[in-house]
Amino acid sequence: MNFEDLKKFFFKKPKNALEGTEDSAPQKPAEAAIPDKLAEKCEKCGKIILSDEMRENFGVCPKCGHYKKLSARERIAMCTDTFCELFSEETGGNILDFPGYGEKLESLREKTGEQDGAVCGEAEIGGVKCAVFSMDYRFMMGSMGHTVGEKITKTFEYATEKRLPVVGFVLSGGARMQEGIVSLMQMAKTSAAVAKHSEAGLLYISVLTDPTTGGVSASFAFESDIIMAEKGALIGFAGPRVIEQTIRQKLPEGFQRSEFLQKKGFVDLIVERREMKEKLAALLKLHCAEA
Amino acid sequence: MNAYDIVLKSREKGRPTAAKYIKKLIDGFIELHGDRRFSDDAAIIAGVGYLGGKPVTVIGIEKGEDTNSKIEHNFGCAHPEGYRKAVRLMKEAEKFHRPVLCLVDTSGAYCGIGAEERGQSEAIAMSILDMIRLKTPTLTVIIGEGGSGGALGLSAADEVWITEASTYSVISPEGCASILWKDSAKVAQASECLKLTAQDLLSLHAVERVIEEKGFSDEFFDGLKADAAQFFAEKSKIPADELVEARYKRFRKF
Repeated sequence: MNFEDLKKFFFKKPKNALEGTEDSAPQKPAEAAIPDKLAEKCEKCGKIILSDEMRENFGVCPKCGHYKKLSARERIAMCTDTFCELFSEETGGNILDFPGYGEKLESLREKTGEQDGAVCGEAEIGGVKCAVFSMDYRFMMGSMGHTVGEKITKTFEYATEKRLPVVGFVLSGGARMQEGIVSLMQMAKTSAAVAKHSEAGLLYISVLTDPTTGGVSASFAFESDIIMAEKGALIGFAGPRVIEQTIRQKLPEGFQRSEFLQKKGFVDLIVERREMKEKLAALLKLHCAEA
Repeated sequence: MNAYDIVLKSREKGRPTAAKYIKKLIDGFIELHGDRRFSDDAAIIAGVGYLGGKPVTVIGIEKGEDTNSKIEHNFGCAHPEGYRKAVRLMKEAEKFHRPVLCLVDTSGAYCGIGAEERGQSEAIAMSILDMIRLKTPTLTVIIGEGGSGGALGLSAADEVWITEASTYSVISPEGCASILWKDSAKVAQASECLKLTAQDLLSLHAVERVIEEKGFSDEFFDGLKADAAQFFAEKSKIPADELVEARYKRFRKF
């Protein structure tokens, strides 16, 4: 299934103004997570759901309300009107010769059709032009190594140059340990690019989705002007299991979820998936529309 | 020495902690406390003093030496308020055109309920972001463990130096072994794979200088003091905007 088909699943009347232009449609096959089949099982409640129904419901289980994870391109399709991919040529290898990592990259590239865990480009949301990055759970849970860091940095640099706001769909378990210190340096590299973009007086909205943890949460996820979180997402520095092991006690229900973070003062607004595009459009319009 | 030996050495009892470095390097040190938001985090000690006769701000992650002081300093695992104190004092240094010296020695930022409730991620993220744009010279010296984001929060500097038996890594070798191989016994192998030794880091350009430890003799401290003072003297001549742009390029290359 390609990107255009996906858009049709999410929007009955796609209005992609960039459709048909040379570089608007990504050439790669987009998806494995919503395969061409009639029904699927909800990973939470286990009920069998018609795939069409699941798609029409934005990947939210109609029975139990569970938010199924979206691939980077599904998220973009759901939240933008037009999208033109950039930096798709970025790729990378096993820089530290970490055992097994080269093979892992290869098999994931084959399986997902993506070079790594982030898709970036220029988009329009509610008529406002913006730069967008979107992270992919299928690629080692969106972990950030050189390629992801480079693409996100380039997205901010591009947006600074073109004077565009940035909307970032964050999904990541953190820095990618197979790239060692190079991964850690991506946190600094991306942060520097965010800072420059901000100093230029431009808007950055981060949308934290399930999960946003580790080195990504401790860098560009929390450096935005507005932090939007998807309902029920796990957001934190350390993962809950690590904390439980450290403090040797069970964590309370709802700990490190979007609602918890909002209560503690770290999230501006929590949105339901079906309202995400509309909310983004409203905020972009308020900040960026020509007076 | 193999990588795992270095990991063990970087954590060895009796290794000088940040407080010792401050004593040896800084004249007339005055400690300043608190993040003016929530509390004072003793895992990070910070203040002002003189380095080679010039005013400097020093921020160090302190592990503590004996059991009591280890507990007091939370074993060098900072809470969000530690990073917020660091940022506050970095900005104070910027205001008075004073260079900032950071001393890093931590297994990582603290993971616990309070740390999460008070935004550990946000605190580290903003520490990286503010430090990387700071309009005054900055130098970080890794003096023991450079553990992940908790170390990076104080390492977004013009240059990063490391003493020869210190490490700097995206994750502890124990964490890596247990996540990847579900086997904490493979720590030695993980230590090799992560390329976390001073020499590895130098060849990956993650650090600019490896400092011989010389048994932490007076010669070692005097040498470091002279080198750091000279570094700041040179960097202080560069206009702030150029300094910040050079720092951007330093991290952009990764």
